[in-house]
Amino acid sequence: MKTAKIKVKDGDLLATLQNFFRSILQLENISAILVPQHLPMKNVIMPTLVTDPNQLNGADPLAPVFPINAAKIVSRLTRKPMGQRVAVVLRPCEIRAFIELVKLKQGRIEEVVIVGIDCMGTYKNVDYTRIVGEQEIEFTSKFYRNFLSGKEIAEHEFDLNPACKACEYPVPIGADILIGLFGVDTNNTLLIQARTSKGEDLYRNLNLSHAEEPPERRAAVESLIAERTAYRDKMFEQTTEVTNSVEKLNIYLANCINCYNCRVACPVCYCKECVFVTDVFNHEPIQYLRWAKRKGIIKMPTDTVFYHITRLAHMSTACVGCGQCSNACPNNIPVMELFRTVSFRTQKGFEYEPGKSIEDEPPLSVFREDELSDVVGIGK
Amino acid sequence: MANFEPTIIAFVCNWCTYTAADLAGTSRLGYPANVRLIRVMCTGMVDPKYVIKAFLEGADAVLVSGCHPGDCHYINGNYKARRRIKLLKEILPHFGFEDKRLRLTWIGASDGIQFAETIRDIVTQMKSLGPNAAKGTMVI
Repeated sequence: MKTAKIKVKDGDLLATLQNFFRSILQLENISAILVPQHLPMKNVIMPTLVTDPNQLNGADPLAPVFPINAAKIVSRLTRKPMGQRVAVVLRPCEIRAFIELVKLKQGRIEEVVIVGIDCMGTYKNVDYTRIVGEQEIEFTSKFYRNFLSGKEIAEHEFDLNPACKACEYPVPIGADILIGLFGVDTNNTLLIQARTSKGEDLYRNLNLSHAEEPPERRAAVESLIAERTAYRDKMFEQTTEVTNSVEKLNIYLANCINCYNCRVACPVCYCKECVFVTDVFNHEPIQYLRWAKRKGIIKMPTDTVFYHITRLAHMSTACVGCGQCSNACPNNIPVMELFRTVSFRTQKGFEYEPGKSIEDEPPLSVFREDELSDVVGIGK
Repeated sequence: MANFEPTIIAFVCNWCTYTAADLAGTSRLGYPANVRLIRVMCTGMVDPKYVIKAFLEGADAVLVSGCHPGDCHYINGNYKARRRIKLLKEILPHFGFEDKRLRLTWIGASDGIQFAETIRDIVTQMKSLGPNAAKGTMVI
């Protein structure tokens, strides 16, 4: 692993990162860079695909918001060979989701160089829009300064996404190039690490000055992970308590209007046509009456619990906990909490960590002759 | 509760367990009428949502039963079924559907006696466990 430091001028991380991205974009074998930016026409942050180094002035990968999980964008960019290489700046959860998509044959990793940045977390889309107001990059500066100096970052009544507070992967795994913030003297330097041979190729051409990883980094990362894991475990406990029966699940999902936004926003729910919008669920009109007659009452639209449990069967082994499902829910149902709680069980059951490695096979894509004998039989 | 008659939905594969059920019948072996057999060509075609739907509609138990490992007519359908059952056994208990309500067994074409015994045992187990909670309530 090659490690370097780049100088930060006047504590301005964004200017330093923008310069770093420019230097990447100017490399001969990099055609474009995908990076979140403040759009020129309105103060919103969206992923942008940039080929002109002069168009990086709004690049802001530290803004505490991600309107979509960009793994979906990278999957779209890489579904067929481009013959060119693109650098993609992603959050840790976006990288892990992309790795899952690659394994599910929804994208290719060969032509992207993944640049991952230590993640401080994000606000809900609507909350971010409210807090940020007219501010643009100034808000991001205030946010990262407060976060990295350990100050309170909650703004007014708003707090970071629960998904982020429960995320045990603040440091990107699977990145070719890592940009380190935690345990680094970010007033003066940023940490750059080449973590794969693809990353090293790029690193060599950037003419960086070699440095050692700051000794404080490990402890800083570990304590952040410990804090988030504790939050996560508490979240699992509380969510289990309110969803551990059909009656409770009914209450938990009572506001669901079957809009399927959580599925649309989910980076690993990749079916081109979800079964819930096919004719399978376009029931005969008389069928609704039959169902209603059997219990005397049914809720319309039907199949709400059925949809959520089926979705768990489809995506829970691949859930990276990015929280975009909750971000997308129009009725503020804490769906992330539910999906992550159940996903934790299924992932543990198959000893599978989504996004951890490109080699680990997705559990439902393989089978062995001699395995899982404990699920067979009728016990006593 | 004393008169509780559980409903068991059994997805049985054409080549092994369905044939075993047939054999149980032609051998005049009795087994409880609580089971509703659904013949499928292979356990590998039992979509997890069939099982989820059965439980949400109030089935007290779901049995998926097919050929022994190595005997699958389609070579590996039963191995796929086993992974899916494993997945469901992680998900469904979280929502209060007890683990023993979902069963996977291998019953070969000549195992008519074993088929009748399996159904009897599941019915006994369900009678002592009681009805599925989804049965009496509106599931949204």
